[in-house]
Amino acid sequence: MTGIYFDNNATTRVDPAVVEAMLPYFTEQFGNPSSMHSFGNKVGLAIKKARMQVQELLGAEHDSEIIFTSCGTESDSTALISALKAQPERKEIITTTVEHPAILTLCTWLEKDGYKVHLLKVDGKGRLDLDEYKKLLSDQVAVVSVMWANNETGTFFPVVEMAELANAAGAMFHTDAVQAVGKVPLNLKDTKIDMLSVSGHKLHAPKGIGVLYLKRGTRFRPLLRGGHQERGRRAGTENTTSIVGLGKAAEMALEAMQYENTEVARLRDKLEAGILAKVPRAFVTGDPSNRLPNTCNIAFEFIEGEAILLLLNKFGIAASSGSACTSGSLEPSHVMRAMGIPYTAAHGTVRFSLSRYSTEAEVDRVIAVVPEIIAQLRKLSPYWEGDGPKAEPEKAFAPTYA
Amino acid sequence: MWDYSDKVKEHFFQPRNAGVLEGANGVGDVGSISCGDALRLMLKVEPETDIILDAHFQTFGCGSAIASSSALTEMIKGKTLDEALKVSNQDIADYLDGLPPEKMHCSVMGREALQAAVANYRGEVWSDDHEEGALVCKCFAIDAVLIEDTIRANELCSVQDVTNYTKAGGGCSSCHEGIEEILAKVMAERGESFKPGAQPKEEAAPAGMTNLQRIRKIEAVLESVRPQLKRDGGDIELVDVDGKTIYVNMTGACAGCQMEALTLQGIQQKLMEELKEFIKIVPTKVSSLTRAMKG
Ligand SMILES: Cc1ncc(COP(=O)(O)O)c(C=O)c1O
Ligand code: FES
Repeated sequence: MTGIYFDNNATTRVDPAVVEAMLPYFTEQFGNPSSMHSFGNKVGLAIKKARMQVQELLGAEHDSEIIFTSCGTESDSTALISALKAQPERKEIITTTVEHPAILTLCTWLEKDGYKVHLLKVDGKGRLDLDEYKKLLSDQVAVVSVMWANNETGTFFPVVEMAELANAAGAMFHTDAVQAVGKVPLNLKDTKIDMLSVSGHKLHAPKGIGVLYLKRGTRFRPLLRGGHQERGRRAGTENTTSIVGLGKAAEMALEAMQYENTEVARLRDKLEAGILAKVPRAFVTGDPSNRLPNTCNIAFEFIEGEAILLLLNKFGIAASSGSACTSGSLEPSHVMRAMGIPYTAAHGTVRFSLSRYSTEAEVDRVIAVVPEIIAQLRKLSPYWEGDGPKAEPEKAFAPTYA
Repeated sequence: MWDYSDKVKEHFFQPRNAGVLEGANGVGDVGSISCGDALRLMLKVEPETDIILDAHFQTFGCGSAIASSSALTEMIKGKTLDEALKVSNQDIADYLDGLPPEKMHCSVMGREALQAAVANYRGEVWSDDHEEGALVCKCFAIDAVLIEDTIRANELCSVQDVTNYTKAGGGCSSCHEGIEEILAKVMAERGESFKPGAQPKEEAAPAGMTNLQRIRKIEAVLESVRPQLKRDGGDIELVDVDGKTIYVNMTGACAGCQMEALTLQGIQQKLMEELKEFIKIVPTKVSSLTRAMKG
């Protein structure tokens, strides 16, 4: 596949070095790590090494705090359900309106079982109000779950500070750090974060492998019970190849940390400035001064995102959109709606997410192509006329049953 | 990535008749900006003949919304208004070699824009009566609003009922959880609670009409559409009435033709209006005789 891949928040390419590290564990080292014979023994050692590599990336105090799971979603579900099961007297959850569906859909489901879910609002830049948060903390709250960085805008949340506050109120603190791990330096041993979710495929490891970080001493109730794998905290024979791959990817992410936060950020900034300089009526969503180094989310007003993506795709450029149409739902992205972005812009949001494999030439190419595409679609838009939107666009075009 | 047909892609990448139409005398603006689809259809109609001389569109929307708009303008150009109004959303989808279930509403929007533009030309006010809900059943492209309304109108209480009435849930069955949730909600409104094991409804004739009266009414409706079918070289025969299911046999030019499904939909609508109850019309290929013999 050639082409320009700027959709690294959706998933990433597995690094060839990661693939190489994994290969022996399909054929030569295929043993079950639980077995007594030497087929299993080597595999057990490989998992131990991977656990330490992940521990290093997360800045965890003990390697036994790393539990391998099947994905980010499993880690999220395990964390929240464990917190509720372990503290049956507490019936409330605090989370945010802009979480990933891995948290929000689960919370909607838990509400049906009688739990109370508080959703923290965000402002126009996607920032939380910590006063609102402090007021909601009480001895009824079992767990607070706040993502480290938002997957659509890249905006960071002050999770370290929020974990301190939760801890003081006696509530557990979980963070979905799926987008942050590998892109921002972490040092979990110095925080009050009890649980943290990782997904391998966001950091150049394979899909279908995840981690739940569980701080030593945090009360825990496993989701999957059975064998004694992962010290009985996550039963099921280990996905050895992917665990080895994730270990290698974690090691490489740590090495590339500086590069991600300087060079990748520079390319992202160049891309963003280049597009904004040439396209009128476009703006960055989220909080540009406080976000992931690889992510930029631009709203192109008066056109629809799926149409933009289809045209980008024709030029070999891959990105993603918060429009309703890309997901087949009736509403644009809940993140854009939560920030109060008007519909005419929310449907036209495009997320460009880079990686350490992105190049300057790719950025230049996208800057050259995007303005044309936007102009072409605006020519079709009932809100647009000539070089700009119609005067009072919402009045100039007000369809029946809008 | 959506599985768009080549025809959809072609109409998206090279839309026909895009942009403002100078001298348009019928304009329809429809859609929902919250769903991310809205369309302005502009017609130039020759007053003496009612023929659509030209049609243009402007669309805020996704690939299939733009393609549906483009297809619609191509389909109606040169037609009279009355002919154009016969274009259904299914026709638009067929013209494009099909649309994914999540995208069928784009073709519905095209059809509504047409109705609105014609109404605008004729100096009438067009109002939309259809409300769109979240897609629940992907196999049959059935949304939550239709399921809710059907449950409410017929006091349904099981997933099987919902499948019988709307088709939703009759395929892969992955939407059953969603259907159960809607059932639970609507049943709570009427003070009942949803029970998974509930028996599907008896499909009895509503009180106030004997079976014979019902069948006579059904025959009368079929009689009223027969002249039109005959004009097109076809016919329709009543095969059986089984509770709320009415079996018919389409013969001649109608059988299996593109228009069959559409014609049946129209007849079903008429029957429901006449009988004042929800019925389902099912085409069968067997004649009334063979069906009777099988007992
Ligand atoms: C913030 C966030 N949480 C959770 C997930 C789900 O991870 P996985 O696909 O590994 O289940 C994603 C991936 O899209 C994500 O971006
Ligand atoms: S989605 Fe409803 S039956 Fe398949």
